[in-house]
Amino acid sequence: MPRRQGGGQVNLPAPLAAAATTAGGLALLGWHGLRAMVTRPFELRQWVAEAEQIGVRSLWVAGITTVFTGMVLALQTAYSLPALGVKYYIGTVVSKSLVRELGPVLTALIVGGRIGAGMTAELGTMKVTEQIDALRSMAADPVKKLVAPKLAATLVMLPALTVLGDLLGILGGMVIATAQLKLTPGFYINDVLGALTLEDVFSGIGKSFFFAYFVTVIGCYNGLTAHGGADGVGRATTDTVVMASIMVLVSDFFLTKLFYLLF
Amino acid sequence: MAEPVFVVRGLTRQFGERKVLDGLDFDIERGETLVILGRSGSGKSVTLRQLNGLDRPDAGRVVFDGIEITALDERRLFPIRRRIAMLFQGGALFDSMTVLGNIAFPLREHTGMSESEIAEQVAAKLALVGLEGIENRVPSALSGGMKKRVALARSLALDPEVVLFDEPTTGLDPMTSASIGRLIRRTQRELSATFVVVTHDIPLARAVGDRLAFLDGGRFRFLGGWQEAERSEDHLLQAFLSGRDEEEADVA
Repeated sequence: MPRRQGGGQVNLPAPLAAAATTAGGLALLGWHGLRAMVTRPFELRQWVAEAEQIGVRSLWVAGITTVFTGMVLALQTAYSLPALGVKYYIGTVVSKSLVRELGPVLTALIVGGRIGAGMTAELGTMKVTEQIDALRSMAADPVKKLVAPKLAATLVMLPALTVLGDLLGILGGMVIATAQLKLTPGFYINDVLGALTLEDVFSGIGKSFFFAYFVTVIGCYNGLTAHGGADGVGRATTDTVVMASIMVLVSDFFLTKLFYLLF
Repeated sequence: MAEPVFVVRGLTRQFGERKVLDGLDFDIERGETLVILGRSGSGKSVTLRQLNGLDRPDAGRVVFDGIEITALDERRLFPIRRRIAMLFQGGALFDSMTVLGNIAFPLREHTGMSESEIAEQVAAKLALVGLEGIENRVPSALSGGMKKRVALARSLALDPEVVLFDEPTTGLDPMTSASIGRLIRRTQRELSATFVVVTHDIPLARAVGDRLAFLDGGRFRFLGGWQEAERSEDHLLQAFLSGRDEEEADVA
């Protein structure tokens, strides 16, 4: 089990020691979570329940976010650069921006914030009411029982929501392209299909796997290390939203670099 | 004489600058009920959590049935924890499961029982704690006393050799506390298991304890039988047992 505070063998300044402990705890929990996820027995029933909670119940959030983002992208592109005649490239702009960047990042921020906070609140409450200790006292591994199903479900559902969000965002762009910019749906769709490459799609989905991993590990770690009753769980939940958002945005830069190198 | 079930030597636990346990030495005999008494924050629960490895000492060792559990990592503690059950202060029932799911949890984890065998076993354990027909209720629909009973049924599911009780009557009214005390005593007799009870509830301690240990300043200030405790001239122990505060004890 990860602990928030270390033993203090090396005399680091307190904030640095706390940051090092958190980084170490996240890395260890991430590793144990992945190992538990691929080790028998598989808690399939639990995986499905988590997938429903994490994925199906986030559909509308992901949908609204990306539909409106697609619509805004189309409007901004057409109205801010009218002299360049970019309205005929709306499909390219909307689809490239969404599939490579905005789809995975916005879905991870919005859905990730929701599910990460949910994980922290659930595990944090279990921690402060000694349910995690009860699991351990009954010779059960909390990482196997609680973290692995969440990790498996998020690794499947966040990329799936991202793909769905991309499609809805492109459709949102089409609504503006046809209703306001007087392009035909066929023209817009041809533009999209001509512009998008497999590399764009792989790069976007690839990012969302990493985001899913980061959000889950941060959410679970903050829950498992929560202390101090309801107040402590509240603080841990806020920490998760902040940490997960920052992690998504910072890692996005490095992942963008990585995927441009790969593809 | 039989070997003690627990041998504890030099147990030390520190949180920051505060040394909660300062070199505890004690044995727990097989089949006895040892009550650990002490003021709030004296380290009773910390001591209890060393006995099944939920918390680790900074120094010292805990030997259970010849196995030094302080030397084992979390995974190698699992076989030990199947033999040592624990009842937590608030019951620690899983909110997301029914009573049946809670009591069946250790059976599903560690036995190859079929679902019908599990249902029979759950009903038997519920009967043992005086609750029947509540398998499908959720923990939030139970009273404090019922939660403790269900938690006791869950801890007995694997027929453990040792049961650790952390403040089993906290938050309960005196009558429910007394019935929990009777239940603990009766269960201990029926199972011939070793019970370790952490409490500051003196009537409960008197009802269930064969021996008592009084923890103060990180060490056991007293460890022995009730008659010996009554005769002890330790003013703090006498004050604790009679419910007086320290000033009254000094005057006495």
